[in-house]
Amino acid sequence: MENSSIEIKVCLGTSGRASGGEDVLNLFRQFVFERGIEAQVGKKCELTKVGCRGFCSKDVLVDVIIDSAKTTYQSVTPTMVERIVLDHIMGGNPIAEWTTREDYAAFHAKQHKIVLGPCGEIDPESIDDYLAMNGYRAARKAITKMMPDRVIDEVAKSGLRGRGGSGFLTGEKWRTCSAQPRSPKYIVCNVGEVNRPLAEGNPHAIVEGLLIGGYAIGATTGFLYIRERYHGSVERLRNALAQARERQFIGKNIFGSGFDFEIEFSFGTEAFICGEETALMESIEGKRAMPRLRPPFPAIAGLWGMPTVINNAETFSNIPIIIGKGAAWYSSIGTEESKGTKVFTLSGKVKNNGLVEIPMGMSLRDIVYGIGGGIEGNKALKAVQVGGPSGGIIPPSMIDMGLDYESLRKVGSIVGSGGMVVFDEDDCMVSVAKFYMEFLQRESCGKCTPCRIGTKRMLELLTKITNGKGEDNDLKILERLSGVMATTSICGLGRTAPNPFLTSFNHFRDEYLAHIRDKKCPAGVCTALITFTVIEDKCKACGLCRRACPADAITGAPKKPHVIDTARCVKCGACYKACKFKAIKKQ
Amino acid sequence: MEKVLNKILDEHLREKGNLISLLQRIQETYGHVPEESVFWFADRLDIPASRFFGVITFYPKFRTRPIGKNTLTVCCGAACHIKGGDKILETVREVLALPEGEDTTTDMKFTVQQATCIGACSIAPVVIMNKEVHGGTDPVKVTKLIKGYEGEEFLGYL
Repeated sequence: MENSSIEIKVCLGTSGRASGGEDVLNLFRQFVFERGIEAQVGKKCELTKVGCRGFCSKDVLVDVIIDSAKTTYQSVTPTMVERIVLDHIMGGNPIAEWTTREDYAAFHAKQHKIVLGPCGEIDPESIDDYLAMNGYRAARKAITKMMPDRVIDEVAKSGLRGRGGSGFLTGEKWRTCSAQPRSPKYIVCNVGEVNRPLAEGNPHAIVEGLLIGGYAIGATTGFLYIRERYHGSVERLRNALAQARERQFIGKNIFGSGFDFEIEFSFGTEAFICGEETALMESIEGKRAMPRLRPPFPAIAGLWGMPTVINNAETFSNIPIIIGKGAAWYSSIGTEESKGTKVFTLSGKVKNNGLVEIPMGMSLRDIVYGIGGGIEGNKALKAVQVGGPSGGIIPPSMIDMGLDYESLRKVGSIVGSGGMVVFDEDDCMVSVAKFYMEFLQRESCGKCTPCRIGTKRMLELLTKITNGKGEDNDLKILERLSGVMATTSICGLGRTAPNPFLTSFNHFRDEYLAHIRDKKCPAGVCTALITFTVIEDKCKACGLCRRACPADAITGAPKKPHVIDTARCVKCGACYKACKFKAIKKQ
Repeated sequence: MEKVLNKILDEHLREKGNLISLLQRIQETYGHVPEESVFWFADRLDIPASRFFGVITFYPKFRTRPIGKNTLTVCCGAACHIKGGDKILETVREVLALPEGEDTTTDMKFTVQQATCIGACSIAPVVIMNKEVHGGTDPVKVTKLIKGYEGEEFLGYL
């Protein structure tokens, strides 16, 4: 047969690598090439490393495609490779017990993968793979057939809004910048932590989006702003840039149009504040990343005082699709005010952790129970935090709300960069609010007083409450501080910092009151407020807890219920975990 | 040292770098930013040393004290936190016997850092040993990981 072929795709995203994807790939290579499998089965065999396809909890994922019949294996380890080669590739019998289950299908069924589509399908290190799926076609069309204004119109008509922060209309931002008479102009792509799968799975889309954006606003230089620590992403983007330069998609006289455009790296260092666009610009300029006062907005006076557009990598990844398929097609996805799709990192206590892309407006229920497969261990859902550390906490009663910019704003949250953490009944909302405040206090740059001192005071009060020292008045102070910070901070970090507290207080007031008035942590998380005791009639006197206790706080004789000395107990929970009869009570 | 610094200075001038890229270069070379190098560059570039220290102290990644042979980064983002990231950090510090306020072992074998979120939330909790990401870790696994990097000799605290 002419076309008969074997294709093996191994997931080598961040998670794929962490789960040993490199070893799996190398083993396949050894078997296939060194042992001459191709000659034996008489088919051409291709090995491809692909980016993240989202279903990271079952990594390493491997696709084996024989004559276009695809079998996907999950949780592949090096020891499994030999049998896959022998039974499946040589013997023609897929190994049923190793293939993906219903959860893999359910995980993908409700998603709408536009920007993540190619991730997990194409080799991110091959420009030919990207070109084969019409890559750089949109850029060619924009640069050779469209005036910059037409490109901006198209992006504006699509309704695309910034996928990183406040959700500003991308087309409008570009239009403001393009209208500035001063040059040079700059365009910056922020590759944040949630964009890593894009950078590692389909880096050329980011480069192409940046190129189209640069042409639209009349920029000469584009910057890829990325944390140095994200080695895998940097490597893939560096490789993509080199390939694009070789094909003359960036450089001088692109597509023979006379348009010159260069893309450079700007290596940031880890700092949450760098997600704020003016702080990011300070960082590119080599200074302390402290936000600037606005106006002037970056589109008017940005990098080195020149007109600058900043968008994140997800926004840019959408651009080639909009230009390629047209604004009308794009805006048919999503809701009235929020168009297109959004990538979320679904994590926390859901069964299927991973990277998901949904049409704007999909309900939280569909994400958590549909795509996510429900709560781990079939426990009760307690809340979902959407939008990263400065997003809001959404209670189960609101789980049918659609996820889009407006709806999230209404409930005190944000789309942000798309973080989504699911909490179950074992999580304490006061402690969660404290955790986020701890982070924001550490990341506050210190330029403006409301944020610098506000985060500090809020953290002190939340710590006081979780330590069992809270008073009713603390809640009033927390609310007042929240109001001041939200209205007077210079940048988004300070303005949204109170969100986790405000939303958790709104929806879990009883939990705050239990900490303050009853000195109890209902979820049993806050160490200062819990005690461990033995339930006498459940205790089998097996001695497991006694041996597990690091503080020698448990005494007991054979056949007699054990006793925990609360004075000696360090509340580590070792006994609670060790007990096989659920005879230890934590409250 | 002079020779190395001159080389860094040349590169810096040739590539029209800024303070951050310069400090990154120095840190890449030495593993940290030695104080004397700051004064050396402040002199040559006619930039006040205070500006250097301003940048160094703003970004958590810059360090003025030497770094250990291996760097173990513990992710302390939200997803890792609720899956037990704090226990992992605790374990790591305990296993390496790091005193309060120190991030590097006295034998200079390990430096422990905290990351805010490395974007690998779906395999939380996560640690990074040098450049290698390890997902779905726990106190036992991380202890084994550290042991694996310690070499053959018994160091007493394991």
